[in-house]
Amino acid sequence: MALTAIEIYKYLPKTNCKDCGFPTCLAFAMKLAQKGAELSACKHVSEEAKSALEAASRPPIRLVTIGKDGRKVEVGNEVAMFRHEKTFYHQPGLLLRVKDSAAPDKVAQEMAAVASYKVERVGMQLSWNGLAIQNDGGDKAAFLAAVKLAQAHPELALVLMSDDPDTMAAALGDPAVAGRLPLIYAATEANWQKMAALAKQHKCPLAVRAGGLDALATLTEQVAAAGIEDIVVDPGARDFGDSLNALTQIRRLALKKSFRPLGYPVITFPGEKASSQEEEVLLATQHIARYAGVIVLDHFSPAMAYPLLTERLNIYTDPQKPLQMQAGVYPFGKPDPASPLLVTTNFSLTYFSVSSEIESSGFPTWLMVVDTEGQSVLTSWASGKFDAEKISKAAKNFKVEEKIGHRSLVIPGAVAVLRGELEGEFPEWKIMVGPREAVGIGPFLKQNWAR
Amino acid sequence: MPKVEAPVEKWRGRVQEVRLGGDGRKQVTVGGESTLPFLHFDGEIPHRPVIAAEVLDMPPADWAENVVSAWGDALKSPAAWAKKAAQLGADLIFLRLASAHPEQGNTSGAQAAKTVSQVMEATDLPLIVVGPDVAEKDNEVIVAVAEAARGQRLALGTVTDKNYRTIVATAMAGGHAVVAQAPMDMNLSKQLNILCCDVGLPKDSLVMDPTTGALGYGMEYALSVFERLRLAALQGDAMTAMPILCHAGYESWRQKEAKAVEGVPVSWGDQKVRSLLWEQMTALTLLQSGAEIMVLRHPRSMDVVRGVIDRLMARQGPVS
Repeated sequence: MALTAIEIYKYLPKTNCKDCGFPTCLAFAMKLAQKGAELSACKHVSEEAKSALEAASRPPIRLVTIGKDGRKVEVGNEVAMFRHEKTFYHQPGLLLRVKDSAAPDKVAQEMAAVASYKVERVGMQLSWNGLAIQNDGGDKAAFLAAVKLAQAHPELALVLMSDDPDTMAAALGDPAVAGRLPLIYAATEANWQKMAALAKQHKCPLAVRAGGLDALATLTEQVAAAGIEDIVVDPGARDFGDSLNALTQIRRLALKKSFRPLGYPVITFPGEKASSQEEEVLLATQHIARYAGVIVLDHFSPAMAYPLLTERLNIYTDPQKPLQMQAGVYPFGKPDPASPLLVTTNFSLTYFSVSSEIESSGFPTWLMVVDTEGQSVLTSWASGKFDAEKISKAAKNFKVEEKIGHRSLVIPGAVAVLRGELEGEFPEWKIMVGPREAVGIGPFLKQNWAR
Repeated sequence: MPKVEAPVEKWRGRVQEVRLGGDGRKQVTVGGESTLPFLHFDGEIPHRPVIAAEVLDMPPADWAENVVSAWGDALKSPAAWAKKAAQLGADLIFLRLASAHPEQGNTSGAQAAKTVSQVMEATDLPLIVVGPDVAEKDNEVIVAVAEAARGQRLALGTVTDKNYRTIVATAMAGGHAVVAQAPMDMNLSKQLNILCCDVGLPKDSLVMDPTTGALGYGMEYALSVFERLRLAALQGDAMTAMPILCHAGYESWRQKEAKAVEGVPVSWGDQKVRSLLWEQMTALTLLQSGAEIMVLRHPRSMDVVRGVIDRLMARQGPVS
């Protein structure tokens, strides 16, 4: 929570010396509150006041990074309870947990599957973030062997899971492992001093686990007092209901009450209470939409990874900057030069409505998508981004006349007024006015192109 | 030890309760919450969200093969289909009179009334009945259905801003409720609610359909519209407080990601798993954004989503 000018003013010397360039301390405080000035401009502020002000201007949820480059997970620093209030900024990391009690060749296979998985959606390459390695049977050698297998995939983010500080120390003893800046999971009431020392020594982020928010807040304060800043919290909630309630409370406490001891990203384990893989995926779905920062699943397959990555993309789309489709001419159902040609805008929701109607009509069709800077049909028409000139330019750029044998273009019914203008731009073309709503596209195609 | 105080929001408003179903038959009440979905620490949730099975009055022409095979022969008659849905645990039947569409058979109001009577004989679950989404035909078949099912308190649709007077008047005369659909915009939903109430429809006879987007196809827009409607309701705006109906089944299953068996990237994975997740994830995300009536297609999805609702409704003791 940002400080108000009056709150900042209390910390300033109140001498109105003007050394900062502002006429009064209050004027300076007002600039600081608007982030229009830096505190360092005041040479007279006490060290004590400085650290108090710095602490108060920290983001309400700490930004924590797990891993170095490649697929590092950067989470926290969220400012909204609901995406429409602003946006959700830092996509939660999606990781697969492997257990050191499993057969090494199976573990190696799973790791390779995660590392090599890639899928494309709306022009973006999506992939899984990383691995969590669990010390399952308490055997140090088995843990070290599993961690060693993960060294084959240095680009993946890593979570090391063992409650035994000696085992954790042994894994981090390899500089190649510690250098990946893995998340250490987890400090508990029983082991936190040793775990905090390890996190400090290796400069790694540290997960803190406790049952319930009281115990959790107590523990994070102790860990923070020991000098650890990069903390990820685990409130111990595992089922649908309790994790929704716990994660919502943690987010609210951080954002609305500026409650520092819980102002950290949250780690979840959707597989632990799931009675089927579908339930595991659904709980991960809930965690994506409701406030998790690191999500560790127990299964991985393309059929679950693709929908989960799509969910994450949807939830973390900035409502002020809607997803845009790449402009171009898209084929549906193997069209030939005689197939109909439709035109629409590159606002993703417009494109999805139109494309899914074309798709379900079953008609082979060409769809020309014009770059309207992500605006819908009527909005872009009103702002001059979807007019005859833009459409004819796009048609030339995409070499439409080479792809298509006929000379008919279907425009959205909502911009029927463009017809006259377009007939001027395309003298040899027949401009057809399509339906106003996407849902009318199927019947329209059927009526005009049925063979 | 810092004592963490649960950050409870004090809401002024409450979601409108709507009851569906007839005398001597099963009834369902939705709405009534004084908090956001499933946040038990914040307020009351007197009724759980319900699952409606989507049933057509004709065998579906373009449904995905795995949905068709899951229902089997039941698809051949709406009565058998509804009966099977009831056996599978549906709370409601969402009956779409698809055959009344001018291009799908153009069946009459009399036929629609007969179909609804048969479905009501086959199951005692409450019904939502909608026409083929062609204004004149909607009016024709819904008027006939409302007459035939007088006193059964159906939800009738689809009411839109261009076509609301006939269906609303018919519903009022027959003691029914309506489903009012607006195109994914909070203010348009509110506007339509006002139009319906202005002609005399009681507030407890209205269910909102704010339009659904499937996962990957505008789901986040639907989510934000649902959330904003619900937040406005809890802040005391009675004209946004109607329960929300969501078409996760219809919207998910018409996408390539659910339907396509071949000709798609290997990275999409197994179609049978992917398609079910597409429907279930859309449903769960939108249930958690405020949907009270979730219309689904696949029996397995009905089962899984119901199980998840059970677990979201169970209070597991204080977390702090």
